[in-house]
Amino acid sequence: MSDKTHETGTDQIIKPSAEIFGPGTISMVLNVNGILQSIEMEPRTTLAEALRTSLKLTGTKVACNHGACSACTVWLDDLPVAACGILAIEVVSRKITTIEGLGDADHLHPVQKSFIEHDAIQCGFCTPGMVMSCAALLARNPHLGVEEVETAISGHLCRCGTYPHVVQAMLSLSAEQEADHG
Amino acid sequence: MDNNTPKRDELLSVGMAHLGLKKVTREIPDDEPPALPPNAGLNFIGRSSPRWDAVDKVTGAACYTVDVQLPGMLFAAVMRSPLPHARIRSLDLVAARNFPGVRAAVTLIEALSDGSAPAVLYVGQPIAAIAAETLDAAEAAIQLIGIEFDPLPFAVDLDSAMKPDASVVYQKNEVAHIPFIGFPFVGELPLEGNVRGPNKMVQGNINDGFSSADFIVEETFSTQVQTHCCMEPHAIVADWHEDRLDVWMSTQFTAGVRAQLAATFRLPLSRVRVRAQAIGGGFGSKSQLGQYGKTAVMLSRMAKAPVRLVYRRDEEQMDSGNRPSSRQHLRIGASRDGKLTAISLHAWGSAGVAQGAGVGNIAMALYVCPNLESLQYDVFTNTSPSTAMRGPGNTQGAFALEQSIDALAEKLSFDPVALRDVIDLSPVRREERRLGALKMGWAQRKSPGFDSGPVKRGLGMAQSLWPTNIQLNAACEVRLWRDGKVEVLSSVQDIGTGVGTLLKQVVAEELGLRPEAIEIRIGDTEFPSGPPSYGSRTSASITPPARSAAWQIKNALLQSVASHWRLDPQQLTIQDSWIQSADNPSQRMSWQEAASTLRTDRISVVTGRSDDYAGFRSSHGDAAIALNDLGGVQFVSVAVDTQTGVIHVERVVAVHDCGRPINPLQIESQIHGGILMGISYALLEERIIDPHTGWMLNPNFIDYKFAGPSGLPQIDVMVLENYQGFSATDAYGVAEPANIATAAAIANAVYNAIGIRINTLPMTPARILQALHGADRRTC
Repeated sequence: MSDKTHETGTDQIIKPSAEIFGPGTISMVLNVNGILQSIEMEPRTTLAEALRTSLKLTGTKVACNHGACSACTVWLDDLPVAACGILAIEVVSRKITTIEGLGDADHLHPVQKSFIEHDAIQCGFCTPGMVMSCAALLARNPHLGVEEVETAISGHLCRCGTYPHVVQAMLSLSAEQEADHG
Repeated sequence: MDNNTPKRDELLSVGMAHLGLKKVTREIPDDEPPALPPNAGLNFIGRSSPRWDAVDKVTGAACYTVDVQLPGMLFAAVMRSPLPHARIRSLDLVAARNFPGVRAAVTLIEALSDGSAPAVLYVGQPIAAIAAETLDAAEAAIQLIGIEFDPLPFAVDLDSAMKPDASVVYQKNEVAHIPFIGFPFVGELPLEGNVRGPNKMVQGNINDGFSSADFIVEETFSTQVQTHCCMEPHAIVADWHEDRLDVWMSTQFTAGVRAQLAATFRLPLSRVRVRAQAIGGGFGSKSQLGQYGKTAVMLSRMAKAPVRLVYRRDEEQMDSGNRPSSRQHLRIGASRDGKLTAISLHAWGSAGVAQGAGVGNIAMALYVCPNLESLQYDVFTNTSPSTAMRGPGNTQGAFALEQSIDALAEKLSFDPVALRDVIDLSPVRREERRLGALKMGWAQRKSPGFDSGPVKRGLGMAQSLWPTNIQLNAACEVRLWRDGKVEVLSSVQDIGTGVGTLLKQVVAEELGLRPEAIEIRIGDTEFPSGPPSYGSRTSASITPPARSAAWQIKNALLQSVASHWRLDPQQLTIQDSWIQSADNPSQRMSWQEAASTLRTDRISVVTGRSDDYAGFRSSHGDAAIALNDLGGVQFVSVAVDTQTGVIHVERVVAVHDCGRPINPLQIESQIHGGILMGISYALLEERIIDPHTGWMLNPNFIDYKFAGPSGLPQIDVMVLENYQGFSATDAYGVAEPANIATAAAIANAVYNAIGIRINTLPMTPARILQALHGADRRTC
């Protein structure tokens, strides 16, 4: 690592800051979906690539690989982020949640259920990322309006045009919550 | 199934359900089921069953080609031309081949037929490819390829390519080798410079038509190059074995790719297997095997290992296909009563180094007019080859035609909807206009430029037209196992349209089971050959054979139960998973018990697509065109900010028909997609090529803009139940009609808002401001 990393503040995440990594593979431990997993990767490996290749968690999709479409959205602690724009080595101390950790076929998350019910899916390639952003939104704000949903998914691109059904899926969850709380 | 199958007469319902149905008698093949009642009388067809693969898609379990990982798999990278036109003086792969980790290297260009050095024709053209143990090694090795070019003059836009002294992309003797973009190749057209054509269509006498006109409108329209932007890039994993070839590919046509692989690599069809479990969009760009497909197979054959080739987003934008540009000069004459007397279309367009830039047949086919003339030219440029893209030709064509009809209506003092009632003979579109106009509040439409404030609102409408394509080489297998399990198998692939859901619904309806009980196995050429997912033909091609196969399976099961009970099978019915005797309702048997009476572990029926019951308009090879058209009418309201030039589409009312709707919610999804892609085409998208270098300047998702989720319009979708009694399901497609009218409807709404016609796409803020405040304010 050059002195430049100190200026960017990256050293707050990578410890110890003075150590030089790479270019060959190094081992690192990622906390993914509640499991600590040791992987061997080059320091330049993005989080998306590490998840998809070393950990075989292919639910995280890479569509643009430059942070423009959000297909690769995962949670860093509780925050949705684009995993193609983050190095795996930057997040070794963070809790990572991928689509595989959100729910499975037998235990679907309410957002996943609502996506199915409202057909907020077409080709499905942007769907896991979209679901992750929507689930994060629901966790921080259960009372949703169109504007909140559009803002939460504003970084997502979907070429099939699922946006209207995604918005409907989320508004129906909000309505359910309102009804439940009465 | 062939056309010699014995036939019987059946009474089938025809008409639009909400207006009342009539019955017609049709001859139908004996091995096909009785008439399917209208949706109101059905349990699962016509209702919104959840998407068959929805759980896999929302949980990330769906397996796309980019997710396929095979043991020992190599990674491929492609070396591409940095120059728009050049002769290759030397090409040396030795250093690249010797790079650590590299296992195969191939060249992808050939010397010309006269033996002279090969030439590259556009920036991004594949020249060589490397397969290595890691993608990093393959990309590093690409840098070691030695290459020397002699640059040649080039032209990347329509204007410069059409100049008499322009450098020429193809010589006259090369015409046979020009790639075409999915339409049938039109042979024997003259080539002058870079201009090939005209592809000509004439009917009546165009001069007489204009002489007898009371009014004439005449304008030139231009449309841009649009890229497909599939979220899953073009991807293939090829695994060459001594005795067979296994391929996983993100493709719109598994069976077509198998046929192309077999032909290219001289293999029997039976030794090639193509799989596509989940596919991240296609929109026309994944219809063929393509250069990338061949490349991965060549590398796998050489390396004796599986090879994965996945395009990066910049490669995707630069060289995976696009919608051709167009320039259309359209002249329409009409008499005072609104009747059209003449339509003349002269169109030029560039599909890059490919041919097929025509603007479709819409101007010649949508409206009734005795005198027609269409002259369409391909203009070759040093840019990447186009491929078909959602409503190819007609989407560009509708932008010109539907604005011209709007302009004509104004000249004739007709309402645009009323004029179409005079010139459009389709009763279906007439009803769609009526419903859409009511829903949109068309009666409140003001005169052009009426609003006085800085934000001006307007209403516009436009119509779609698309031929109803059918794939005759389309088959489906239904299996019933002795434990009661039902499977539906076909190589048909689901690119996001939801065809798997339709198969579940149709088979469940026929068998008296629930859709959840039906297992769908598709996207694999080991199963009967399914249709492609392009041309809006998939539902129309595969749902009728699925129902016929299910019906035959049902008959076999009832026969088995009847033997068990020693009854006549005619006395048995199936309802809600129970088989019972009509005479003695207490004699009943569950589906599972019934299946256990089968003599063998599994029974199976394979059926193919038969001809439409009333015949086809035309039929050629594997494809046919049905008697009906696919239409659709869209109404749009816009707000144009005259200070910023920003157009906001506030509302879209889309009224469409697709025969019998099988899954209304999925149809709505697909129509949303067509509309949003149309809004995007109208307002945002444009491939920008640097005229000095030939490079695409926006080969990414930041600089190439397409519609995101912000500021979505309210979209109201209405789908007619339009029965025609043409097949066992009477279902047809909707993907392309949903896209064709949108940009034109927006342009007409913008005209209604600001009183200025925008003849060029995309309608960017700069273009609107120029139209409002520039020197030439009449058109832009």
